[in-house]
Amino acid sequence: MDQLLYGSEVLINGLMTGVMYSLVALGFVLIYKASGVFNYAQGVMALFAALTLVGIMEGQVPFAHLINAMFGTHVESFGWNVPALLAILLTAGVMVLLAILIEKLVLQHLVGQEPIILFMATIGLAYFLEGLGDVMWGADVKTLDVGLPQGISESIEQATNDWFGYGFFIDRLDIWATIIAAILVAALVAFSQYTKQGRAMRAVADDHQAALSVGISLQFIWIMVWSIAGFVALVAGIMWGTKSGVQFSLSLIALKALPVLMLGGFTSIPGAIVGGLIIGVGEKLFEFIMSSPDLAGSWFGFTISATENWFAYVLALMFLVFRPQGLFGERIIERV
Amino acid sequence: MLDETEGYTTADGRQIGPVVMDLRNITLRFGGVEAIKNISFDIRQGEIRAIIGPNGAGKSSMLNVISGFYVPQEGEVWFKGYRRGPMKPYEVARLGIARTFQNIALFDGMSVLDNIMTGRLNKVKSGFFSQALWWGRAEAEEIANREQVEKIIDFLEIQNIRKTPVGRLPYGLKKRVELARALAAEPQLLLLDEPMAGMNVEEKEDMSRFILDVNDEFGTTIALIEHDMGVVMDLSDRVVVMDYGRKIGDGTPSEVRSNQEVIDAYLGVSHD
Repeated sequence: MDQLLYGSEVLINGLMTGVMYSLVALGFVLIYKASGVFNYAQGVMALFAALTLVGIMEGQVPFAHLINAMFGTHVESFGWNVPALLAILLTAGVMVLLAILIEKLVLQHLVGQEPIILFMATIGLAYFLEGLGDVMWGADVKTLDVGLPQGISESIEQATNDWFGYGFFIDRLDIWATIIAAILVAALVAFSQYTKQGRAMRAVADDHQAALSVGISLQFIWIMVWSIAGFVALVAGIMWGTKSGVQFSLSLIALKALPVLMLGGFTSIPGAIVGGLIIGVGEKLFEFIMSSPDLAGSWFGFTISATENWFAYVLALMFLVFRPQGLFGERIIERV
Repeated sequence: MLDETEGYTTADGRQIGPVVMDLRNITLRFGGVEAIKNISFDIRQGEIRAIIGPNGAGKSSMLNVISGFYVPQEGEVWFKGYRRGPMKPYEVARLGIARTFQNIALFDGMSVLDNIMTGRLNKVKSGFFSQALWWGRAEAEEIANREQVEKIIDFLEIQNIRKTPVGRLPYGLKKRVELARALAAEPQLLLLDEPMAGMNVEEKEDMSRFILDVNDEFGTTIALIEHDMGVVMDLSDRVVVMDYGRKIGDGTPSEVRSNQEVIDAYLGVSHD
């Protein structure tokens, strides 16, 4: 019975971690759906968004190191603090600007190129953005606090303790992340299913020529999609940055999004959500079972730990073998 | 020669209006190759205008110039009395010029209904949030658009495949769905690039009937490219004949048929 309770707690925490993975995976799916490009830079975009947000909130002077080195000055900060909400809006503006620049400087020159070329371009973009983030805002680890509640939720601990005699430890940040992710997904679904722009986005994803012939501007749609991906990156950046500090290893969470996408399918928004949840729950439960002497120890006679490092990738590998299109992806049919 | 603003009456008694699309001295080059050499012709309100010619004559290039997919190096494109600057294809589409493609360009992942609905995207005028929240104007507008689309579906007799993903349809039906999508935009000029290519006799007859009906029922002006001479002569009011990027004939089907240069082009007299 105890194990069951521990297990449920692990399950709930896994679900919440999964939500965070889903948030990153969502950004990938959006761009992949609309332009057939696998955007390697999505993780770095989350990092860049988080860095910019912290920078704006704390009134940092962008490129301070560069300015000081060139002119021998000692500027560091404007000496003001920007309220979180305003800073988030400003950062969203920066992400839109970034989307416009990416379209004008990179994508426009690669229209009609093979997907692999576009993929390579996004790798370049990832390195460029990482460097830009460093030069603009500095490389030190920063704390991000936009006012989201953090810490263990005492009311849940109390309530579960009363019901089961065992208090669940659940981070309030995770609860909020789940709520925000749910709102974001609902908004994205409403957008892509019901609005003219969303329908145009799906049309562009399907066939460029046909989209042009019904009066859709590819340029506008691409800027729009990259802006939305930038906004999703911002939300993911806020969540991850609040949880573990804004640091350059944040860009590596993109790697965790890969198995999520392989499970869910590259083209499906619900797939990204379900895939993230499965990976989150799967790796937490697997770790819990395999490292517990009472469970794995008594069943198999051994325990293993640190499975979280590889579980997701092995699961993704199995999917690649047995269901390459993922759970919700479009079936790959080759007509001869 | 007819005046721009005058119309004429066809052999079967239909009244044709003034010039809608006027192409003046169009020249299109790809590198050193001249695909279209100094061609002028017009398309009048309510007529079915055919562009014919042997393979490689530049017919599809001509259609691509009209629809904005190619921008000619020389010449002027006049639409409804205004000279059109260099435009992107989507801008041309928004002017009310719809088209179909020789090799079919449909959204394979969407159902027939959704494909046709994309034709009405530019008719949507309600605000972004109104659409996303399904509130206010958006609902009434969506219903109106759906009604129009259903009318076209009935008209082209594709009711039974409305929910089928387009990727699964046979070739002939895909062509029909593409026509439906173009019609959904309520175009003032409809461009059809080989609407009957690769069809059997029965499918060709169906398509011919639909083209005539569209012209008759909606009064749509149509410009089409076709290889099948029999079909062209039956369908069209006036015909432009192209060969090697030049215009070698222009007139009613019977005029064109008796034109010596046209006969030579089709029978293959050596060009020297």
